[in-house]
Amino acid sequence: MHADTLTRRVAKPIVFVLCLLPLLWLLAGIVGRAGADLGANPVEKIQDTLGIWGLRLLLATLAITPLREIGGWPRLQLFRRMLGLFAFAYLLLHFLFYLFVDQALDWRQLVADIIKRPYITVGFAALLLLVPLAVTSTRRAMRRMGRRWQTLHRLVYPAAVLGCVHFWWQVKADVREPLIYVAVAALLLGWRVAGWWRRRRARAATSAARVSRSRADRDARQNQDAAGPGSPVHGLPE
Amino acid sequence: MSDKSRIRPSEITPESVYLDRRALLAGLAGGGVLASIPALAQPVMNVSVIERLDYTRSVYYSTDEKPNSFRDIAGYNNFYEFGSGKEDPAEHAHRLRTRPWTVVVDGECANPGTLALDDLLKPHALEERIYRLRCVEAWSMVIPWVGFPLADLIRRFAPTSRAKYVEFTTLHDPRQMPGQRYGVLDWPYVEGLRIDEATHPLAILAVGLYGRVLPNQNGAPLRLVVPWKYGFKSIKSIVRIRFTERMPATAWALSAPREYGFFANVNPEVDHPRWSQKSERRIGSDNPFARIPTQKFNGYEREVAGLYRGMDLARHF
Repeated sequence: MHADTLTRRVAKPIVFVLCLLPLLWLLAGIVGRAGADLGANPVEKIQDTLGIWGLRLLLATLAITPLREIGGWPRLQLFRRMLGLFAFAYLLLHFLFYLFVDQALDWRQLVADIIKRPYITVGFAALLLLVPLAVTSTRRAMRRMGRRWQTLHRLVYPAAVLGCVHFWWQVKADVREPLIYVAVAALLLGWRVAGWWRRRRARAATSAARVSRSRADRDARQNQDAAGPGSPVHGLPE
Repeated sequence: MSDKSRIRPSEITPESVYLDRRALLAGLAGGGVLASIPALAQPVMNVSVIERLDYTRSVYYSTDEKPNSFRDIAGYNNFYEFGSGKEDPAEHAHRLRTRPWTVVVDGECANPGTLALDDLLKPHALEERIYRLRCVEAWSMVIPWVGFPLADLIRRFAPTSRAKYVEFTTLHDPRQMPGQRYGVLDWPYVEGLRIDEATHPLAILAVGLYGRVLPNQNGAPLRLVVPWKYGFKSIKSIVRIRFTERMPATAWALSAPREYGFFANVNPEVDHPRWSQKSERRIGSDNPFARIPTQKFNGYEREVAGLYRGMDLARHF
């Protein structure tokens, strides 16, 4: 089988099932089967499990591009949308569980929470940022939007940052676990910033070279005291 | 409380039930394929000593609410000395050696001393007190403690007129308490009470749970129980009791002064800066998804409100 086919037909279904496992474990815990135990505080366990897997999958989505480029594994790209959509699904369930079960649709309390509790505010904001990304995750939307698709999907960066902050702000004192997530997010975003910085410098170097070249041309023309055709390379964007 | 404080025998988890359950779980963990599944092996609690205590039932001070199962009480709690997860204490507390154990009593008192645990406990008759426990994290339980009034112990050491506060300290030994290897809190854990709070009849020192010696994870061999305050005030595994003139610097108040105060009275009107304290989730209730309203002073308002007359409880949180 061709490697692409192998990825699509075998690896993708496996990753799909792996992504479902935490959810299946929770469902098993709710119905009390398969040895899954939600412990003394099932509400907290369900809420935390949904949230942490949402964040893990979000970071996994962000890891695809760096791993693809550093490791030279172009086929990793085939998993990105699936991971991203799973992240969104877990985070949406995390929110819906909070809404319908934890707060039991106590709207007054809910509105107060979203406004007054910064960690809930940032968590909610992160989820809102991901909504347009999930909506435009289809191939058709990608084609229709063209370059704007990429621009829009940069919203995943602030969403990941807010997700980490949301986690960090709920911990009472022991920040070791959220620190791991912050470190991973910093690494993944840092890699992008570094790439952007490198490209910017490369661009600056090229345009500087062009400026000096055109300046030399102009000097040469002035020296010859003759009007030639102007240089067309000024300030063209890439 | 006195009028409806009778405990119906049916409301207390019979000892046989929780002991059987433990035997079953121990059996599972003991061998077989099942033990290799973490979710099954996990609930085994490390209860090293199951020693029966002699005690009477304190009907007057007990609630008639249904106590939580032993499994919930000993399997889900905070004891940062063994890790910050709520299942960590049950998993790691077996490292704690509770015998021999000595307690230093000193500070502003006439009879200071260093006492072996047995000598400290000897003069006190044990009683069972079924108390509500409200954690600052907005969950709660009902726990049948076995202990004695803190006031009785304080009297023995004759605090002087300068003793305005009582300070308690937990054992500090990272070999036995692996959570202390990390500076999550400023170890050792210190808690304190104003002397009038400490001598209030509801404040007890507990040595047992469900009629047996305390499991290590619940603060063996000696812990404080102050039912009208958030759980973190009820310090565990005490090695020192000191009478002081100044307000003690307590662990959580040092860690996050904006979030945790010295008094830490349960109060639905004063939210934690990051979450609401208006309601709580009662662990082990028939509907695990339901929240119940939090009561002022955790339902002990009639008994303790007098201690705080004239104080702004939003400021002295």
